[in-house]
Amino acid sequence: MKFVENVKPDVTTDIVYMMCPMHLLKLEEKIKELDNGQILEIMTDYDGALEDIPGWCEKTGNEFLGIKDSGDYYKFYIRKKVRQQ
Amino acid sequence: MRKCYFDHVATNPLDTRVFDAMMPFFKEEFGNPLSIYEPGARAKEAIENARAQVASLVNSKASEIIFTSSGAEANNFALRGIALSRQNEGKHIIVSRMEHHSILNSARFLEKMGFAVTYLPVDKHGFVDPETVKKSITKETTLISVIHASSEVGTIEPLKEIAAVAKEKGIILHTDAVATTGNIPVNVKELGVDLLSMAAHQFYGPKGAGALYVREGLRIVPLIYGGIQENGRRAGTENVPAIAGMGKAAELARDEMKARTEHVKKLRDKLFKGVSNVENVYLTGHPDNRLPAHASFCVEFIEGEAMLLLLAAKGIYAASGSACSSKALKASPVLLSMGISASLAQGSIVFTLGKDNTDEDIEYMLTEFPQVIKRLREISPYAKGWGIKGEGGECTVQR
Repeated sequence: MKFVENVKPDVTTDIVYMMCPMHLLKLEEKIKELDNGQILEIMTDYDGALEDIPGWCEKTGNEFLGIKDSGDYYKFYIRKKVRQQ
Repeated sequence: MRKCYFDHVATNPLDTRVFDAMMPFFKEEFGNPLSIYEPGARAKEAIENARAQVASLVNSKASEIIFTSSGAEANNFALRGIALSRQNEGKHIIVSRMEHHSILNSARFLEKMGFAVTYLPVDKHGFVDPETVKKSITKETTLISVIHASSEVGTIEPLKEIAAVAKEKGIILHTDAVATTGNIPVNVKELGVDLLSMAAHQFYGPKGAGALYVREGLRIVPLIYGGIQENGRRAGTENVPAIAGMGKAAELARDEMKARTEHVKKLRDKLFKGVSNVENVYLTGHPDNRLPAHASFCVEFIEGEAMLLLLAAKGIYAASGSACSSKALKASPVLLSMGISASLAQGSIVFTLGKDNTDEDIEYMLTEFPQVIKRLREISPYAKGWGIKGEGGECTVQR
Protein backbone atom coordinates (compact mmCIF):
# COMPACT_ATOMS: atom_id res chain seq x y z
CA MET A 1 0.00 0.00 0.00
CA LYS A 2 1.22 3.44 -0.90
CA PHE A 3 1.16 5.96 1.95
CA VAL A 4 1.13 9.66 1.14
CA GLU A 5 1.44 12.93 3.03
CA ASN A 6 0.33 16.48 2.27
CA VAL A 7 -1.93 15.71 -0.67
CA LYS A 8 -4.20 18.71 -1.29
CA PRO A 9 -7.65 17.44 -2.26
CA ASP A 10 -10.13 19.48 -4.31
CA VAL A 11 -13.11 17.70 -2.75
CA THR A 12 -13.46 15.73 0.49
CA THR A 13 -16.20 13.27 1.34
CA ASP A 14 -16.62 11.81 4.81
CA ILE A 15 -18.18 8.34 4.88
CA VAL A 16 -16.80 7.18 8.23
CA TYR A 17 -19.21 4.63 9.80
CA MET A 18 -20.95 4.05 6.46
CA MET A 19 -20.59 0.40 5.58
CA CYS A 20 -19.80 -1.53 2.39
CA PRO A 21 -20.52 -0.83 -0.43
CA MET A 22 -21.00 2.86 0.36
CA HIS A 23 -17.27 3.48 -0.22
CA LEU A 24 -17.62 2.44 -3.86
CA LEU A 25 -20.97 4.13 -4.46
CA LYS A 26 -19.80 7.44 -2.99
CA LEU A 27 -16.50 7.15 -4.83
CA GLU A 28 -18.28 6.81 -8.17
CA GLU A 29 -20.78 9.57 -7.34
CA LYS A 30 -18.13 12.05 -6.25
CA ILE A 31 -15.67 11.29 -9.07
CA LYS A 32 -18.42 12.08 -11.57
CA GLU A 33 -18.74 15.56 -10.05
CA LEU A 34 -14.99 16.30 -10.40
CA ASP A 35 -13.14 17.77 -13.38
CA ASN A 36 -10.34 15.74 -14.94
CA GLY A 37 -7.16 16.10 -12.91
CA GLN A 38 -8.92 17.06 -9.69
CA ILE A 39 -8.24 15.09 -6.50
CA LEU A 40 -10.88 13.42 -4.32
CA GLU A 41 -10.27 12.60 -0.66
CA ILE A 42 -12.46 9.89 0.86
CA MET A 43 -12.49 9.35 4.61
CA THR A 44 -13.61 5.85 5.62
CA ASP A 45 -13.08 3.38 8.45
CA TYR A 46 -13.99 0.39 6.28
CA ASP A 47 -10.99 -1.96 5.98
CA GLY A 48 -12.28 -3.51 2.75
CA ALA A 49 -11.67 -0.16 1.05
CA LEU A 50 -7.91 -0.90 1.20
CA GLU A 51 -8.45 -3.44 -1.53
CA ASP A 52 -11.57 -2.10 -3.21
CA ILE A 53 -10.60 1.51 -3.90
CA PRO A 54 -7.25 0.82 -5.61
CA GLY A 55 -9.00 -1.97 -7.56
CA TRP A 56 -11.77 0.40 -8.63
CA CYS A 57 -9.19 2.95 -9.78
CA GLU A 58 -7.39 0.30 -11.78
CA LYS A 59 -10.61 -0.70 -13.52
CA THR A 60 -11.87 2.79 -14.21
CA GLY A 61 -8.64 4.49 -15.26
CA ASN A 62 -8.56 6.92 -12.36
CA GLU A 63 -5.28 7.39 -10.57
CA PHE A 64 -4.95 6.01 -7.06
CA LEU A 65 -2.52 8.36 -5.31
CA GLY A 66 -2.32 6.56 -1.97
CA ILE A 67 -3.71 6.60 1.56
CA LYS A 68 -3.10 8.30 4.85
CA ASP A 69 -3.85 6.44 8.07
CA SER A 70 -5.48 8.83 10.51
CA GLY A 71 -5.76 6.35 13.36
CA ASP A 72 -9.51 5.76 13.48
CA TYR A 73 -10.02 5.94 9.74
CA TYR A 74 -8.23 6.12 6.39
CA LYS A 75 -7.99 8.95 3.91
CA PHE A 76 -7.88 7.77 0.31
CA TYR A 77 -6.67 10.08 -2.48
CA ILE A 78 -7.83 9.59 -6.06
CA ARG A 79 -7.06 11.79 -9.06
CA LYS A 80 -9.74 11.85 -11.72
CA LYS A 81 -8.22 10.83 -15.01
CA VAL A 82 -9.57 9.73 -18.33
CA ARG A 83 -8.05 6.41 -19.36
CA GLN A 84 -5.60 6.74 -22.26
CA GLN A 85 -6.82 4.75 -25.24
CA MET B 1 -72.58 6.13 23.77
CA ARG B 2 -70.31 8.98 22.75
CA LYS B 3 -66.67 8.04 22.12
CA CYS B 4 -64.09 10.67 22.97
CA TYR B 5 -60.47 9.98 22.09
CA PHE B 6 -58.25 12.12 24.32
CA ASP B 7 -55.00 10.18 24.06
CA HIS B 8 -53.24 11.79 21.12
CA VAL B 9 -49.80 11.48 22.76
CA ALA B 10 -50.24 7.70 22.69
CA THR B 11 -51.09 7.84 19.00
CA ASN B 12 -53.20 9.71 16.47
CA PRO B 13 -55.81 8.29 14.14
CA LEU B 14 -54.56 8.04 10.57
CA ASP B 15 -55.72 10.96 8.41
CA THR B 16 -57.79 9.69 5.46
CA ARG B 17 -55.67 11.74 3.05
CA VAL B 18 -52.55 10.04 4.44
CA PHE B 19 -54.18 6.65 4.05
CA ASP B 20 -54.96 7.45 0.40
CA ALA B 21 -51.33 8.45 -0.20
CA MET B 22 -50.12 5.16 1.27
CA MET B 23 -52.50 2.79 -0.50
CA PRO B 24 -50.73 2.41 -3.88
CA PHE B 25 -47.52 1.29 -2.15
CA PHE B 26 -49.21 -1.66 -0.45
CA LYS B 27 -50.19 -3.27 -3.72
CA GLU B 28 -49.63 -1.85 -7.20
CA GLU B 29 -46.40 -0.01 -6.40
CA PHE B 30 -44.65 -2.84 -4.62
CA GLY B 31 -41.17 -2.26 -6.04
CA ASN B 32 -38.02 -2.28 -3.96
CA PRO B 33 -36.56 1.25 -3.96
CA LEU B 34 -33.10 -0.18 -4.64
CA SER B 35 -34.17 -1.95 -7.84
CA ILE B 36 -33.04 -0.16 -10.98
CA TYR B 37 -36.15 -0.87 -13.07
CA GLU B 38 -39.30 1.23 -13.26
CA PRO B 39 -41.32 -0.05 -10.24
CA GLY B 40 -38.21 0.32 -8.06
CA ALA B 41 -37.62 3.82 -9.34
CA ARG B 42 -41.19 4.81 -8.48
CA ALA B 43 -40.83 3.48 -4.94
CA LYS B 44 -37.55 5.37 -4.64
CA GLU B 45 -39.25 8.52 -5.88
CA ALA B 46 -41.97 8.13 -3.22
CA ILE B 47 -39.32 7.90 -0.50
CA GLU B 48 -37.43 10.92 -1.76
CA ASN B 49 -40.65 12.94 -2.00
CA ALA B 50 -41.45 11.99 1.60
CA ARG B 51 -37.93 12.97 2.65
CA ALA B 52 -38.41 16.42 1.15
CA GLN B 53 -41.81 16.78 2.84
CA VAL B 54 -40.43 15.82 6.26
CA ALA B 55 -37.41 18.08 5.76
CA SER B 56 -39.74 20.95 4.93
CA LEU B 57 -41.66 20.39 8.18
CA VAL B 58 -38.52 20.81 10.32
CA ASN B 59 -36.61 23.20 8.01
CA SER B 60 -33.71 20.88 7.21
CA LYS B 61 -32.13 19.64 4.01
CA ALA B 62 -33.71 16.46 2.63
CA SER B 63 -30.32 14.74 2.86
CA GLU B 64 -30.33 15.36 6.63
CA ILE B 65 -33.40 13.15 7.19
CA ILE B 66 -32.90 9.43 7.92
CA PHE B 67 -36.08 7.36 8.03
CA THR B 68 -36.46 4.88 10.90
CA SER B 69 -39.19 2.54 12.07
CA SER B 70 -40.25 4.73 15.00
CA GLY B 71 -39.38 7.61 17.27
CA ALA B 72 -37.90 5.10 19.71
CA GLU B 73 -35.52 3.81 17.04
CA ALA B 74 -34.55 7.38 16.16
CA ASN B 75 -33.79 8.03 19.85
CA ASN B 76 -31.72 4.83 20.18
CA PHE B 77 -29.90 5.64 16.96
CA ALA B 78 -29.09 9.19 18.05
CA LEU B 79 -27.87 8.37 21.52
CA ARG B 80 -25.88 5.26 20.76
CA GLY B 81 -24.73 6.40 17.32
CA ILE B 82 -23.28 9.69 18.52
CA ALA B 83 -21.88 8.39 21.83
CA LEU B 84 -20.05 5.58 20.02
CA SER B 85 -18.82 7.79 17.18
CA ARG B 86 -17.20 10.16 19.69
CA GLN B 87 -16.00 7.74 22.33
CA ASN B 88 -12.38 8.52 21.59
CA GLU B 89 -13.06 12.14 22.54
CA GLY B 90 -14.90 11.33 25.75
CA LYS B 91 -17.29 8.93 27.39
CA HIS B 92 -19.75 11.17 29.21
CA ILE B 93 -23.26 12.01 28.08
CA ILE B 94 -26.01 14.12 29.63
CA VAL B 95 -29.74 13.38 29.51
CA SER B 96 -32.64 14.91 31.40
CA ARG B 97 -34.96 13.14 33.80
CA MET B 98 -37.89 14.11 31.57
CA GLU B 99 -36.83 11.70 28.84
CA HIS B 100 -38.79 8.86 27.31
CA HIS B 101 -37.66 5.30 28.07
CA SER B 102 -36.06 5.02 24.64
CA ILE B 103 -33.56 7.66 25.76
CA LEU B 104 -33.22 6.58 29.40
CA ASN B 105 -32.74 2.91 28.52
CA SER B 106 -30.25 3.76 25.76
CA ALA B 107 -28.34 5.80 28.35
CA ARG B 108 -28.37 2.83 30.72
CA PHE B 109 -27.09 0.60 27.92
CA LEU B 110 -24.23 3.05 27.37
CA GLU B 111 -23.51 3.03 31.13
CA LYS B 112 -23.04 -0.73 30.91
CA MET B 113 -20.58 -0.13 28.08
CA GLY B 114 -18.48 2.10 30.31
CA PHE B 115 -19.96 5.54 29.60
CA ALA B 116 -20.76 7.94 32.43
CA VAL B 117 -24.25 9.44 32.31
CA THR B 118 -25.53 12.54 34.09
CA TYR B 119 -29.30 12.63 34.60
CA LEU B 120 -30.37 16.28 34.77
CA PRO B 121 -32.85 17.26 37.48
CA VAL B 122 -35.92 19.35 36.63
CA ASP B 123 -37.99 21.91 38.53
CA LYS B 124 -41.61 21.57 39.65
CA HIS B 125 -42.86 22.36 36.13
CA GLY B 126 -40.47 19.89 34.54
CA PHE B 127 -38.08 22.50 33.16
CA VAL B 128 -34.42 21.68 32.63
CA ASP B 129 -32.27 24.62 33.73
CA PRO B 130 -29.64 25.50 31.05
CA GLU B 131 -27.30 26.57 33.89
CA THR B 132 -27.51 23.04 35.33
CA VAL B 133 -26.67 21.68 31.89
CA LYS B 134 -23.62 23.95 31.79
CA LYS B 135 -22.47 22.81 35.23
CA SER B 136 -22.86 19.15 34.29
CA ILE B 137 -20.47 19.38 31.35
CA THR B 138 -17.05 17.81 31.81
CA LYS B 139 -14.04 17.49 29.53
CA GLU B 140 -15.37 14.04 28.63
CA THR B 141 -18.87 15.19 27.58
CA THR B 142 -19.73 14.51 23.95
CA LEU B 143 -23.52 14.51 23.85
CA ILE B 144 -26.53 16.16 25.51
CA SER B 145 -30.06 14.93 24.96
CA VAL B 146 -33.06 16.91 26.20
CA ILE B 147 -36.65 16.24 25.18
CA HIS B 148 -38.39 19.05 23.27
CA ALA B 149 -41.65 18.61 25.17
CA SER B 150 -42.78 15.99 27.61
CA SER B 151 -45.69 13.85 26.49
CA GLU B 152 -46.56 13.30 30.15
CA VAL B 153 -46.80 16.87 31.40
CA GLY B 154 -46.64 18.91 28.20
CA THR B 155 -43.88 21.28 29.32
CA ILE B 156 -41.81 22.67 26.43
CA GLU B 157 -38.12 22.76 27.35
CA PRO B 158 -35.87 25.82 26.78
CA LEU B 159 -33.98 24.11 23.96
CA LYS B 160 -32.58 27.25 22.35
CA GLU B 161 -30.85 28.19 25.62
CA ILE B 162 -29.58 24.64 26.07
CA ALA B 163 -28.35 24.66 22.44
CA ALA B 164 -26.39 27.85 23.15
CA VAL B 165 -24.64 26.11 26.08
CA ALA B 166 -23.89 23.02 23.97
CA LYS B 167 -22.58 25.08 21.06
CA GLU B 168 -20.32 27.14 23.31
CA LYS B 169 -18.72 23.92 24.60
CA GLY B 170 -18.68 22.16 21.21
CA ILE B 171 -21.01 19.39 22.36
CA ILE B 172 -23.57 17.65 20.19
CA LEU B 173 -27.23 18.28 21.14
CA HIS B 174 -30.03 15.82 20.41
CA THR B 175 -33.71 16.36 21.11
CA ASP B 176 -36.57 13.92 21.22
CA ALA B 177 -39.20 15.93 19.36
CA VAL B 178 -41.69 13.09 18.99
CA ALA B 179 -44.39 14.96 20.93
CA THR B 180 -43.81 18.28 19.17
CA THR B 181 -43.01 17.62 15.51
CA GLY B 182 -46.13 18.20 13.44
CA ASN B 183 -47.95 19.69 16.43
CA ILE B 184 -46.07 22.92 17.12
CA PRO B 185 -43.45 24.68 14.94
CA VAL B 186 -40.21 22.70 14.97
CA ASN B 187 -37.31 24.34 13.18
CA VAL B 188 -33.95 22.59 13.59
CA LYS B 189 -32.02 25.74 12.74
CA GLU B 190 -33.92 27.98 15.16
CA LEU B 191 -33.69 25.37 17.92
CA GLY B 192 -29.97 24.93 17.24
CA VAL B 193 -30.04 21.14 17.60
CA ASP B 194 -27.72 18.70 15.83
CA LEU B 195 -30.11 15.74 15.90
CA LEU B 196 -33.88 15.53 16.28
CA SER B 197 -36.19 12.51 16.55
CA MET B 198 -39.76 12.38 15.25
CA ALA B 199 -42.58 9.88 14.70
CA ALA B 200 -45.28 9.95 12.02
CA HIS B 201 -48.12 8.60 14.16
CA GLN B 202 -47.89 11.67 16.38
CA PHE B 203 -49.14 13.86 13.54
CA TYR B 204 -51.83 11.72 11.90
CA GLY B 205 -49.36 9.58 9.97
CA PRO B 206 -48.92 5.81 10.21
CA LYS B 207 -47.22 3.78 12.91
CA GLY B 208 -43.98 2.16 11.78
CA ALA B 209 -42.45 5.36 10.41
CA GLY B 210 -40.12 7.73 12.20
CA ALA B 211 -37.14 9.84 11.28
CA LEU B 212 -33.94 11.23 12.69
CA TYR B 213 -32.63 14.59 11.54
CA VAL B 214 -28.83 14.45 11.53
CA ARG B 215 -27.07 17.73 10.81
CA GLU B 216 -24.94 17.59 7.67
CA GLY B 217 -21.35 16.59 8.36
CA LEU B 218 -22.09 14.73 11.60
CA ARG B 219 -20.73 11.20 11.87
CA ILE B 220 -23.05 8.60 13.36
CA VAL B 221 -22.53 4.89 13.95
CA PRO B 222 -25.43 2.92 12.42
CA LEU B 223 -27.82 1.01 14.64
CA ILE B 224 -28.71 -1.47 11.90
CA TYR B 225 -26.11 -2.83 9.50
CA GLY B 226 -26.86 -4.27 6.11
CA GLY B 227 -27.50 -2.61 2.79
CA ILE B 228 -27.09 0.89 1.46
CA GLN B 229 -30.54 2.18 2.34
CA GLU B 230 -30.66 5.67 3.85
CA ASN B 231 -27.22 6.45 2.47
CA GLY B 232 -25.67 3.48 4.28
CA ARG B 233 -26.74 4.73 7.69
CA ARG B 234 -29.89 2.65 8.31
CA ALA B 235 -30.13 -0.70 6.56
CA GLY B 236 -33.26 -2.68 5.75
CA THR B 237 -35.70 -2.57 2.85
CA GLU B 238 -37.73 0.56 3.37
CA ASN B 239 -41.32 0.54 4.65
CA VAL B 240 -42.43 2.44 1.55
CA PRO B 241 -46.15 2.82 2.39
CA ALA B 242 -45.37 4.10 5.89
CA ILE B 243 -42.68 6.48 4.64
CA ALA B 244 -44.97 7.82 1.91
CA GLY B 245 -47.62 8.28 4.61
CA MET B 246 -45.19 10.09 6.87
CA GLY B 247 -44.36 12.47 4.05
CA LYS B 248 -48.03 13.25 3.35
CA ALA B 249 -48.74 13.66 7.08
CA ALA B 250 -45.79 16.07 7.35
CA GLU B 251 -47.09 18.13 4.45
CA LEU B 252 -50.59 18.33 5.98
CA ALA B 253 -49.20 19.14 9.43
CA ARG B 254 -47.20 22.02 8.03
CA ASP B 255 -50.12 23.40 6.00
CA GLU B 256 -52.76 22.99 8.73
CA MET B 257 -50.71 23.57 11.89
CA LYS B 258 -52.07 27.03 12.65
CA ALA B 259 -55.72 25.99 12.36
CA ARG B 260 -55.17 22.76 14.29
CA THR B 261 -53.35 24.58 17.09
CA GLU B 262 -56.05 27.21 17.48
CA HIS B 263 -58.70 24.50 17.58
CA VAL B 264 -57.07 22.23 20.18
CA LYS B 265 -55.94 25.12 22.36
CA LYS B 266 -59.47 26.50 22.57
CA LEU B 267 -60.79 23.07 23.57
CA ARG B 268 -57.91 22.49 26.00
CA ASP B 269 -58.53 25.81 27.73
CA LYS B 270 -62.20 24.94 28.10
CA LEU B 271 -61.13 21.62 29.64
CA PHE B 272 -58.74 23.42 32.03
CA LYS B 273 -61.48 25.78 33.11
CA GLY B 274 -63.96 22.97 33.73
CA VAL B 275 -61.53 20.75 35.64
CA SER B 276 -60.38 23.66 37.82
CA ASN B 277 -63.80 23.51 39.50
CA VAL B 278 -63.05 20.03 40.86
CA GLU B 279 -61.43 20.00 44.30
CA ASN B 280 -57.95 18.60 44.86
CA VAL B 281 -57.08 18.26 41.21
CA TYR B 282 -53.69 19.71 40.32
CA LEU B 283 -52.36 20.65 36.93
CA THR B 284 -48.97 19.10 36.16
CA GLY B 285 -46.38 20.75 33.95
CA HIS B 286 -46.21 24.44 33.14
CA PRO B 287 -49.61 26.18 32.82
CA ASP B 288 -48.68 28.19 29.72
CA ASN B 289 -45.40 27.01 28.23
CA ARG B 290 -46.80 23.65 27.25
CA LEU B 291 -48.14 21.72 24.27
CA PRO B 292 -51.39 23.36 23.11
CA ALA B 293 -53.37 20.11 23.07
CA HIS B 294 -52.11 18.87 26.41
CA ALA B 295 -53.94 18.77 29.76
CA SER B 296 -52.38 16.73 32.56
CA PHE B 297 -53.43 16.48 36.18
CA CYS B 298 -52.85 14.69 39.42
CA VAL B 299 -56.11 13.82 41.14
CA GLU B 300 -55.70 13.40 44.83
CA PHE B 301 -56.76 10.33 46.83
CA ILE B 302 -57.42 8.04 43.86
CA GLU B 303 -55.45 6.11 41.25
CA GLY B 304 -54.99 6.97 37.61
CA GLU B 305 -55.67 3.42 36.47
CA ALA B 306 -59.06 3.35 38.19
CA MET B 307 -59.97 6.66 36.57
CA LEU B 308 -58.94 5.35 33.16
CA LEU B 309 -61.12 2.26 33.53
CA LEU B 310 -64.22 4.16 34.62
CA LEU B 311 -63.70 6.82 31.97
CA ALA B 312 -63.23 4.14 29.31
CA ALA B 313 -66.55 2.62 30.40
CA LYS B 314 -68.06 6.00 29.54
CA GLY B 315 -66.33 6.04 26.14
CA ILE B 316 -63.63 8.50 27.22
CA TYR B 317 -60.09 7.40 26.38
CA ALA B 318 -57.23 9.06 28.26
CA ALA B 319 -53.83 8.09 29.71
CA SER B 320 -52.11 7.94 33.05
CA GLY B 321 -48.44 8.83 32.95
CA SER B 322 -46.72 7.69 29.78
CA ALA B 323 -48.20 4.98 27.60
CA CYS B 324 -45.49 2.62 28.88
CA SER B 325 -45.77 3.36 32.60
CA SER B 326 -49.54 3.10 32.30
CA LYS B 327 -49.10 -0.60 31.58
CA ALA B 328 -46.34 -1.08 34.13
CA LEU B 329 -48.48 0.29 36.99
CA LYS B 330 -45.54 2.30 38.28
CA ALA B 331 -45.49 5.87 39.53
CA SER B 332 -44.20 7.97 36.69
CA PRO B 333 -40.46 8.74 37.05
CA VAL B 334 -41.15 12.04 35.28
CA LEU B 335 -43.69 13.14 37.91
CA LEU B 336 -41.42 11.95 40.73
CA SER B 337 -38.53 13.94 39.26
CA MET B 338 -40.72 17.05 39.38
CA GLY B 339 -41.03 16.63 43.13
CA ILE B 340 -44.55 15.20 43.10
CA SER B 341 -44.99 12.59 45.83
CA ALA B 342 -45.39 8.93 44.85
CA SER B 343 -48.93 8.82 46.23
CA LEU B 344 -50.07 11.92 44.35
CA ALA B 345 -48.30 10.72 41.19
CA GLN B 346 -50.50 7.60 41.30
CA GLY B 347 -53.43 9.88 40.56
CA SER B 348 -51.95 11.04 37.28
CA ILE B 349 -54.25 11.51 34.33
CA VAL B 350 -53.44 12.97 30.92
CA PHE B 351 -55.90 14.24 28.31
CA THR B 352 -54.39 15.08 24.93
CA LEU B 353 -56.67 16.51 22.31
CA GLY B 354 -56.66 16.31 18.55
CA LYS B 355 -57.96 18.04 15.46
CA ASP B 356 -61.09 15.89 15.34
CA ASN B 357 -62.22 16.54 18.94
CA THR B 358 -65.22 18.82 19.35
CA ASP B 359 -66.76 21.19 21.88
CA GLU B 360 -69.33 18.50 22.61
CA ASP B 361 -66.52 16.03 23.45
CA ILE B 362 -65.19 18.43 26.07
CA GLU B 363 -68.64 19.10 27.51
CA TYR B 364 -69.29 15.35 27.78
CA MET B 365 -65.91 14.81 29.44
CA LEU B 366 -66.56 17.67 31.89
CA THR B 367 -69.84 16.05 32.85
CA GLU B 368 -68.44 12.55 33.33
CA PHE B 369 -64.97 13.19 34.78
CA PRO B 370 -66.10 14.83 38.07
CA GLN B 371 -68.58 11.98 38.59
CA VAL B 372 -65.81 9.40 38.11
CA ILE B 373 -63.63 11.23 40.64
CA LYS B 374 -66.49 11.47 43.13
CA ARG B 375 -67.33 7.78 42.81
CA LEU B 376 -63.73 6.67 43.26
CA ARG B 377 -63.16 8.97 46.22
CA GLU B 378 -66.21 7.50 47.91
CA ILE B 379 -64.53 4.11 47.94
CA SER B 380 -60.96 5.37 48.47
CA PRO B 381 -59.48 4.70 51.94
CA TYR B 382 -57.28 7.78 51.45
CA ALA B 383 -60.28 10.05 51.12
CA LYS B 384 -62.05 8.60 54.19
CA GLY B 385 -60.16 10.32 56.91
CA TRP B 386 -57.04 8.19 57.20
CA GLY B 387 -55.38 11.37 58.25
CA ILE B 388 -53.70 12.00 54.93
CA LYS B 389 -53.99 15.60 53.94
CA GLY B 390 -54.10 17.08 50.51
CA GLU B 391 -50.53 17.39 49.29
CA GLY B 392 -50.77 19.17 45.98
CA GLY B 393 -48.57 21.89 47.50
CA GLU B 394 -45.94 23.09 45.08
CA CYS B 395 -47.45 21.52 42.02
CA THR B 396 -50.78 23.26 42.52
CA VAL B 397 -51.56 25.34 39.48
CA GLN B 398 -55.32 25.41 39.67
CA ARG B 399 -57.12 27.71 37.28
